[in-house]
Amino acid sequence: MIGNIEMFFYQLMNYPYLQNALLAAVLVGIICGVIGCFIILRGMALMGDAISHAVLPGVVLAYMVGASFFVGAVITGVLTALAIGFISQNSRIKEDSAIGIMFSAMFALGVVMITALQGTSVDLWHILFGNVLAVSQTDLYITMGIGAFVLIVILVFYRPLLLSTFDETMAKATGLPVKWIHYMLMLLLSFVTVASLQTVGIILVVAMLITPGSTAYLLTERFSVMLLLSAIFGVISAVLGLFFSVIYDVSSGASIVLVASVIFIFTFFFAPKQGLVFKWLRTPKKESLSS
Amino acid sequence: MTNQQIEVKHLSVNYYNHSAIRDISFSVQEGTIVGVIGPNGAGKSTLMKAMLGLEKSGGDVSYFGKNIQSMRKKIAYVPQRNTIDWDFPVRVEDVVLMGRFVHIPWYKRASRYDRDCAREALDKVGMGTYANRQIGELSGGQQQRVFLARALAQDADLFFLDEPFVGIDVQSEEIIVNILHELRNDGKTMFIIHHDLSKVEKYFDQLVLLNQVLIQAGAVRDVYKPKFLKEAYQENAAIIKEGNEMVVVGP
Repeated sequence: MIGNIEMFFYQLMNYPYLQNALLAAVLVGIICGVIGCFIILRGMALMGDAISHAVLPGVVLAYMVGASFFVGAVITGVLTALAIGFISQNSRIKEDSAIGIMFSAMFALGVVMITALQGTSVDLWHILFGNVLAVSQTDLYITMGIGAFVLIVILVFYRPLLLSTFDETMAKATGLPVKWIHYMLMLLLSFVTVASLQTVGIILVVAMLITPGSTAYLLTERFSVMLLLSAIFGVISAVLGLFFSVIYDVSSGASIVLVASVIFIFTFFFAPKQGLVFKWLRTPKKESLSS
Repeated sequence: MTNQQIEVKHLSVNYYNHSAIRDISFSVQEGTIVGVIGPNGAGKSTLMKAMLGLEKSGGDVSYFGKNIQSMRKKIAYVPQRNTIDWDFPVRVEDVVLMGRFVHIPWYKRASRYDRDCAREALDKVGMGTYANRQIGELSGGQQQRVFLARALAQDADLFFLDEPFVGIDVQSEEIIVNILHELRNDGKTMFIIHHDLSKVEKYFDQLVLLNQVLIQAGAVRDVYKPKFLKEAYQENAAIIKEGNEMVVVGP
């Protein structure tokens, strides 16, 4: 193990691509962790999954016309969020069904477009599962830009975000534009998905959104602490995941997600207050019915 | 002369072709506790939401001659308990501080003064010692008091409370009723949705009795009469007269 760590550091020192990869993964860990907390508490885990899948046709289209994949992804991501809202508000279809319809449709569209483009440089596997080792300098700058933007927006709108998440009716009653806050979150979600594209890939983004945040949720009673812990778990998952990916030569995205999942499972059982083990220990033994 | 009335004129709300409330008009003076009562499905919450401008509605609501948009910061809202996620990672003090959010400019953090206001409100409802608890750890009555503290911290003129007396203990009820009376004496106006008919006379100064349409509005003694209650509740309430006292059973 020590040898492996030494090897990882040696490679990190000597290969700039690995440095880029680590930096990108850490950034993605932070922003996914932070946005994820809002997604979890608003009960929008499925929405997170939807937006991340829905960026696929946008990415492919961007490749086709030679535009930045960033623009394409954000457009289809936000369009999908709007379409989901439109369907659920203008028919009896429930929101989760609307999400299911829209995201599978968009994803299918993306897959059809890619398969129609056979022979081009679009690599379906890399978009779906990420390839953090191929992060270029430009990609890194985009990720940094997105990360800074997302964090600043959350910092500035922290109170409206918190209030509209916790008590939507009061938020509305005091005049907050709750609908716009929702769409702003969807926009941020699309940004985060794009930033995560190369690190964990479209399919597994939702894990980076939900898992570190859920782990944090089991450990704290304060929202601000949850945000911080979630970001920390995101970073730990990113670093350890990348480490295992390099050492054992396995998919980086999947490896990162697995680390996040292991942390979650451990917390699920051993968290001091919410953990299952301590809950069992605290439960008083059933008294016999005869007494 | 300044207008000290809250006027609701011909307020109607439709949901998918059927009307939830129809043509409701009444007015209340500043400094009253108004009970909004009626049977299940009478449209009490809808009326409140329409008054708050959260529901597409026909008709007109004016607060002291102004419309709702210019009153937003002056309106405190206490939600029905079952609409809140009690597992949410916030502590009691965090919830009360939310009442101050309308007063804090976006570029600033909560100030010392804001925290003091929150603290004071929390002490007022007798929950000061619970400041560091997660909200889900409290009893129903305590939770209700925390949300009332949030409304107090907001320093509002108008209070909208959705079923504050459901499932709470006697002590909490006592504290809440006392605070509401104090607020009334300070000239604040409160609208309170109340689901059953118990203690109506103890809680409220005025009543708005409705069942989709307005049955009657006005002082409690003018509205709380068998004739009107029967009309609103139909078969769902039995009214027994015992000497001078009227006892309403159910729903």
